[in-house]
Amino acid sequence: MNWQDLIEHYNQWITIFLMVGGLYIVIARGNMIKKLVGLGIFQTSVYLLYLSAGKILGGSPPILEEGIEVYSNPLPHVLILTAIVVGVATFALGLALVVRINESYGTIEEAEIFSQDDPH
Amino acid sequence: MDDQLPILQVVVPLLGALLAALFRRGPLAWLIAVAASWASLAIAGRLLFLVLHDGPISYAIGGWAPEIGIEYRVDLVAALFLLLVTSISAVIVAIAPRSVANEIPRGRIAWFYVMYLMCLTGLLGIAITGDAFNAFVFLEVSSLSSYALIAFGKDRRALLSAYQYLIMGTIGATFYVIGVGLIYSQTGTLNLGLISERIADVESTRSILVALAFIVVGISLKLALFPLHLWLPNAYAYAPSIATIFLAATATKVAVYLLVRYLYSVFGADFVFGELPVTSILIALSIAAMFGASTIAIFQSNIKRMLAYSSVGQIGYITLGLALATNTGLTGGLVHTFNHALIKGAAFAAIAAIVYRTGKVRLEDLAGIGRQMPLTMAAFVVAGFGLIGVPGTVGFVSKWYLVSASVEQGWWWLGFLIVGSSLLALLYVGRVVEVAFFRPPQGSVAAARDGPPEMVIGAWLLAAAVVYFGLVPDLTAGLASDAATILLGQGL
Repeated sequence: MNWQDLIEHYNQWITIFLMVGGLYIVIARGNMIKKLVGLGIFQTSVYLLYLSAGKILGGSPPILEEGIEVYSNPLPHVLILTAIVVGVATFALGLALVVRINESYGTIEEAEIFSQDDPH
Repeated sequence: MDDQLPILQVVVPLLGALLAALFRRGPLAWLIAVAASWASLAIAGRLLFLVLHDGPISYAIGGWAPEIGIEYRVDLVAALFLLLVTSISAVIVAIAPRSVANEIPRGRIAWFYVMYLMCLTGLLGIAITGDAFNAFVFLEVSSLSSYALIAFGKDRRALLSAYQYLIMGTIGATFYVIGVGLIYSQTGTLNLGLISERIADVESTRSILVALAFIVVGISLKLALFPLHLWLPNAYAYAPSIATIFLAATATKVAVYLLVRYLYSVFGADFVFGELPVTSILIALSIAAMFGASTIAIFQSNIKRMLAYSSVGQIGYITLGLALATNTGLTGGLVHTFNHALIKGAAFAAIAAIVYRTGKVRLEDLAGIGRQMPLTMAAFVVAGFGLIGVPGTVGFVSKWYLVSASVEQGWWWLGFLIVGSSLLALLYVGRVVEVAFFRPPQGSVAAARDGPPEMVIGAWLLAAAVVYFGLVPDLTAGLASDAATILLGQGL
């Protein structure tokens, strides 16, 4: 693998960066909203993973028309539309839970919540 | 009518959820949940009958061929899991109303049943679909609704457990979908059957190996394989009693199904267990679960948490059976999936009745409960015997298969470890029995009497199944053995 290969696959590098970065935020942050944001970034990286695989260089959008021979694969787009819906639902539910947690604990910092429930 | 059964299996509970959400009245929502659950059970029973008679059923959604569209595929393995989930659900929903009314504010009762039916839809969808991405969607349908079910719990820690489960569950599901994406980029299809045909040509590529790792780790998070089980104890402990029974008896079992599908049907046992060190990894983790989680269970003060840790330990037996990758081992794993669902269903149903009468879940507060609620606790003790593996209960059948499979491989040490780990179950079940029967009742326990009839009957129905399938294992073990033969590609 030479430099040109590495640079040509820039989309994959972005995917990996978002994936690892998102997961890092989920693990490293104690603020529940920030965790959810990290989770969102992590999920978004997967959208890019799918879409990169579906794109054909020089291919047109998948619309039937005279004179167009090379299309991008439409299936990954459809799948990712579904995945986006799932991601939005997860994010919404997560935020709703954080709101309720804030109401009953008065904080959204994990460390403070744990110390409230387990006062040792 | 028979032609449309596969889609009805998913549509009936989904439509039920929608209707329950529209009517928004607790009792009406409950009636809808009962109707939808029992109709699902009838459909699953009919599907199993058809599969046993005419072989696997393939259903093309919208008439699109499997290469393009989504295929629902019911083979013996899928039909068994459908029947397991629907029959447990049919019992749970019947015993639910009083416990739900007791633990959930009136205005939210209908929403509880909506989420319950959505969760049922998702679980049935995972078991019936033959499409990798569709399985992800159903995985998220069942997961999102189970986060909501857990958050219904009275204790504020229920919210925290739901949040933690949401984080872990979403990471698991995303890992799964990353794996599916990599497979799709290599094989160009999402149909599990077609993937398994095409994967042989590319199975040694790095993409497929990475995909296997992502999928196994992702599903393992969902099925709470030790040490990915951290979400489970709190989720089970603080969820409403009825939600706990349902999740404990079905959710992790369906994740087991998905793992079995991928390891055996999609990637193939020869590749996964023959060429990769999956057996040793899974066996090591299973043994860690059997001993580690069961030991933690002994020291729990909350009885629901204790049973939750016991679940993590019992999942160890299931994955152990899968890891052995022989016909006997896989039969043991599958039959224990079924058996453990019955055992935990019975145990948590008894706990639900106790919580209904006393409102207590801490073991020290439940002293003498066995004297006050003898019928309820007797069902719990029968389930406990199942956990230990006493002969005459289903637990013994599972362990018999697992020990035989270990000995077949010449791994005597593994056989001894399986038997040895049962002693841990003896300790935590024994602790409950000691507190419940040999201490004088106090406080609200002294005034308690046996649970509401429908809850006691429900617990006993499951407990009776624990004994029946323990004494007459031909049906469950026979079907599990047939399923194992199919999964290992040895004909049938």
